[in-house]
Amino acid sequence: DAVPGLFAAGEVAGGMHGSNRLGGNSLSDLLVFGRRAGAAATEHAGRRAGRVELSDDVLADAARAALAPFEREGGENPYAVQHDLQQTMHDLVGIIRTAPEMQQALDRIAALKERVANLSVEGHRQYNPGWHLALDLPHMLTVSECIARAALERQESRGGHTRDDFPTAEAEWGMTNVICSRTPDGAVTLTRQPLPQMPPELAEIFEEAPA
Amino acid sequence: MSYGATFRVWRGDAAGGDLQTFTVEVNEGEVVLDIIHRLQATQAGDLAVRWNCKAGKCGSCSAEINGRPRLMCLTRMSTFGEDEAVTVTPLRTFPVIRDLVTDVSYNYEKAAQIPAFTPRPREKDGSHRMQQVDVERSQEFRKCIECFLCQDACHVIRDHEENKKAFAGPRFLIRLAELDMHPLDARDRREAAQKEFGLGYCNITKCCSEVCPEGIHLTDNGIIPLKERVVDRRYDPLTWLGSKIGRRPRQ
Repeated sequence: DAVPGLFAAGEVAGGMHGSNRLGGNSLSDLLVFGRRAGAAATEHAGRRAGRVELSDDVLADAARAALAPFEREGGENPYAVQHDLQQTMHDLVGIIRTAPEMQQALDRIAALKERVANLSVEGHRQYNPGWHLALDLPHMLTVSECIARAALERQESRGGHTRDDFPTAEAEWGMTNVICSRTPDGAVTLTRQPLPQMPPELAEIFEEAPA
Repeated sequence: MSYGATFRVWRGDAAGGDLQTFTVEVNEGEVVLDIIHRLQATQAGDLAVRWNCKAGKCGSCSAEINGRPRLMCLTRMSTFGEDEAVTVTPLRTFPVIRDLVTDVSYNYEKAAQIPAFTPRPREKDGSHRMQQVDVERSQEFRKCIECFLCQDACHVIRDHEENKKAFAGPRFLIRLAELDMHPLDARDRREAAQKEFGLGYCNITKCCSEVCPEGIHLTDNGIIPLKERVVDRRYDPLTWLGSKIGRRPRQ
C-alpha cells in the first residue's frame, strides 16, 4: 500500500542498480530520481487543499514514543547497541556470505531487538546525537534483518552479493526479486517476485552474460 | 600505542556555557573527530556536533581546535603531544546553538544576495566558446567546500558583529571573483562587490587563505585581483570622466 504524499528518491526507493550496489552508484540514482520525485511532490502538493489532519491522541502517542528514552532509567547506551549491530553485520553478513553465519546474524539481531526496546539517553533535546541514534536504531535493526533474510534467501552469487555456498549466478534468480515486508505485528516476511518484463527494445540492447 | 588524551570541549548553548574536561582514549592514526565520536559514545551522549563525511570534503565539522579554525576530520591527533590538552570550541564568529554547533545562516543569506551566473547568449552554432586560460582562472575557487573556516577567521566579522551587514566575507568575495573571471558570465559585478558586499573592508591580512582546507589562495588569486578590477572601473580618471560626460554608462 502506498503512503499518500510520501515521495522517495535514490537507493531508499529501491532497485535501479539491483545487485550492483557499489560505491558511487547513489549519485546518478539520486540525481535522476530526485528530480522526478521532486517534480511529482510539487505536483502533489499543488493538488492538495488544506493541511493534513491528525488527531491530538496520535500526536501525543508519537511524542511519547520519541521521548521514551529520556524517561527510561538505567537502560542501555544506544552507541553500545549500534556498535554490536555493526559488528554483527560486518562479521556475519559481510562481503562473503554463508548460510550458517547469516542465520547466526538473525539470532543476534533478535537479541538486539530486545536491547533496543530498553535504551536510555540523557541530556537536552537540541542536536542530541545519542537521542537521534536511539530513534534510528529500531529502523537500523529492521533494515539489517531485511538484508540478512534476503541474503539468506537468495541462493546464488550476483554482483555485490557473494555466497561462498552458492558461488555462481543462476539465470532463474536473475529474473527474481526478493521483497521484504512488515507484518502487522512487526515481523519481517519475504516473498519472491518475478522481475517485470523488460521492454523488447531495451532487451535487444542488454544481454545477460551466461552464468 | 593508545593513550588517554585530555580534551577540553566547550559545552553550552546561546545562554552561555564553559569548557568541560574529559580523558579519552586515542589510537594510532585517529583524528580529532574520531575522539569526539568516542566521547559521544562513552561519556557525553548528548554532545552536539556537526559532521558528515569524515574525509575533508563536506565542510560540516568546522570548529576551533586549540584556537585555530580547522576541520576536525583533518586534524590528526599525532600533531599533538600525548600530554598536550586539546581544546575544541565552536566557531567564534557565529552564534552558538548548542555545544559545537553554530548558526551559520549568515553565509546562506549572503549567498542568496549574489546574482547567479548569467551566461552571455550562445554562438549561432549553439556553442559557448571559451579559451582554456580564461577557464582556468576561476577553477581554483570551485574547490570551495563551504566549510566557512575563512568566514570564521576573518577579523572583519570575527571581531566586529556590526560589520556583518556590510561585509560578505572571504568565501563570497571569491565567489564574486569566480563569476567576474568566468569567461561566459555577462554581468558586471564590480560595483556590487564594492558597494553591497564590502570588498573594501578587506585589508588583505590573508587569514582566510591560511585556514582554507582546500588550499585555495583566496586573497592572492581572488580578492586582490577583484580589488584591482574594481579599482580599474571605479577610480580610473578616464572612466570617471567618461561617466561624467555621458560617454560611459553609469554603473
